[in-house]
Amino acid sequence: MSEMTQTAAKPHIERSATASRTYTIFVIIGLAALILAPMFFYPIFLMKLLCFALFACAFNLLLGYTGLLSFGHATFFGGAAYFTAHVVKEWGFPPELGILTGVVGAALLGLVMGFFAIRRQGIYFAMITLALSQMFFFFCLQAKFTQGEDGIQSVPRGHLFGFIDLNSSTNMYYFVLGVFLIGMVIIWRFINSPFGMILRSIRENEPRAISLGYSVARYKLGAFVMSAALAGLAGGLKSLVFQFATLTDVAWQMSGEVILMTLLGGIGTLIGPIFGAGLVVTLQNYLATSQFPVTIVTGVIFMICVLVFRRGIIGEFYASRLGRKLGFEHRR
Amino acid sequence: MTMIFGIPLQAFLGQLLIGLINGSFYALLSLGLAVIFGLLRVINFAHGAQYMLGAFAAMLMLEYFGINYWVALILGPIVVGLFGAIIERTMLSRLYDLDPLYGLLFTFGLALTIEGTFRYLYGAAGQPYSVPTQLAGGTNLGFMFLPIYRGWVVVVSLVACIGTWLLIEKTKLGAYLRAATENPVLVQAFGVNVPVLLTLTYGLGAALAAFAGVLAAPIYQVSPLMGSNIIIVVFAVVVVGGMGSIMGAIITGYMLGIAEGLTKVFYPEASNIVIFVIMAIVLLLRPAGLFGRDA
Repeated sequence: MSEMTQTAAKPHIERSATASRTYTIFVIIGLAALILAPMFFYPIFLMKLLCFALFACAFNLLLGYTGLLSFGHATFFGGAAYFTAHVVKEWGFPPELGILTGVVGAALLGLVMGFFAIRRQGIYFAMITLALSQMFFFFCLQAKFTQGEDGIQSVPRGHLFGFIDLNSSTNMYYFVLGVFLIGMVIIWRFINSPFGMILRSIRENEPRAISLGYSVARYKLGAFVMSAALAGLAGGLKSLVFQFATLTDVAWQMSGEVILMTLLGGIGTLIGPIFGAGLVVTLQNYLATSQFPVTIVTGVIFMICVLVFRRGIIGEFYASRLGRKLGFEHRR
Repeated sequence: MTMIFGIPLQAFLGQLLIGLINGSFYALLSLGLAVIFGLLRVINFAHGAQYMLGAFAAMLMLEYFGINYWVALILGPIVVGLFGAIIERTMLSRLYDLDPLYGLLFTFGLALTIEGTFRYLYGAAGQPYSVPTQLAGGTNLGFMFLPIYRGWVVVVSLVACIGTWLLIEKTKLGAYLRAATENPVLVQAFGVNVPVLLTLTYGLGAALAAFAGVLAAPIYQVSPLMGSNIIIVVFAVVVVGGMGSIMGAIITGYMLGIAEGLTKVFYPEASNIVIFVIMAIVLLLRPAGLFGRDA
């Protein structure tokens, strides 16, 4: 294993120079597309897409870069949506503070859930996160401030920093885009930091990371809280975009959806989940008008992805001849 | 009226019985999960869907072919077991060399597909399935009223649990199963057809879930959502018990069902979450689970 890594190390450096150049070009094209997009698409659709893309990238931080499959990320997304909606609507917080409250709340929830879940590994980890998130669902169902089945409705978007009116959908779109980009930069910095490297070593070989003296549990918890906080950022943003927070956001189906987005886009690739989220959201929009239930389509895509398409869209692209020519390698 | 802990005895025993019934289903389902996990290293997320399929099988057989409860109790599990075996042979078996998480994700997709299909065809609302005439009515035990069907469910599920335990611990087939759990390559070298054993195991697990589903049909309403509601609780049960031991799964299932029933008496608001709370406490005190061998 270690010999393989060593021989592979040198060409990797040469290639990554080409890769980072291509990457820069792609990022510039992507940014331009996102800035111009409201001219061509319905802003609400684009904002929904960006929220879910950020959510999926936050989730991927845990699955792709730490190797932990959480089945409870709806708790952080939906929990933050509730917190933001509540403080903005009932306490009159400005939007930026509202989202911050959502992020802090989600991070705290992540701390608690992570504390229990990291006591077990692999499949058990997935089951524990699912069970705890179901517990949070029942809490939201019964708690007063979530208003039960109705959810928190007509949340005001307010004025950003006191003077930018977010009720204009153009303003709101660029605000969402800004938050999305900040989130992406944080994720990018995080996975390329020494902390992120250690997380990857835990993913590759946990016993070895332990024997090297790393306190694996603490790193896992750190990654869990980080991922939860970023999922909360997406959730808080979502409740301002749609102006409501409901039980759908905390239900287990939501946790399943974010897994699908990540799987479809490419586990362990930085931008894969964005594409996965884009596809899933588009599909949902498309099917929303027909009678055919989304669940069946989602389920079938899940099965196909796991059986024959495990690298996901971006993973396949990186591994393809074109991808390799451009200097990418399959990164997983 | 007799009181116990400030609660009328009747209400107390009534909830205890409901707890015992729920516990029977938890035990049957977590048993199936443990059997499948033991050999295949796959957590069968579709277990809830297969439970739902069992209930639907009973209902549809009655509706279209006039097949009664007793035949459905045998035929339902066979049909669902065969369906499970086909899924295992054609798809699930391709995932054994991968990270076990892929098995979980695949069966999750399978569960979504099955649930979505039945929701599309039959709507989300529950449909009643009547108690067979032989087991209708109830009997007065002197201290409480016992609906006969509920008593039957407790007895039958106990028999099914013990039967499965005996099958795995005391028969030759069970010995093969346990050996293949420890070392599949070696068992294969001794001339046992391990892939067939895996298919059989998955089919058996699915059949057990469907058996529980047929049993549940007259008690709960037959609804496409009944599976996903129960499977998450069963996952918590499995985390508490640890999947290392078959008997552990059975005992934990009953214990947690009863704990849930008793919570309904004393603090109804928490009855939805009490199993999850117990799971959290067990994780703190004994991270490997009550009967678990693996950390």
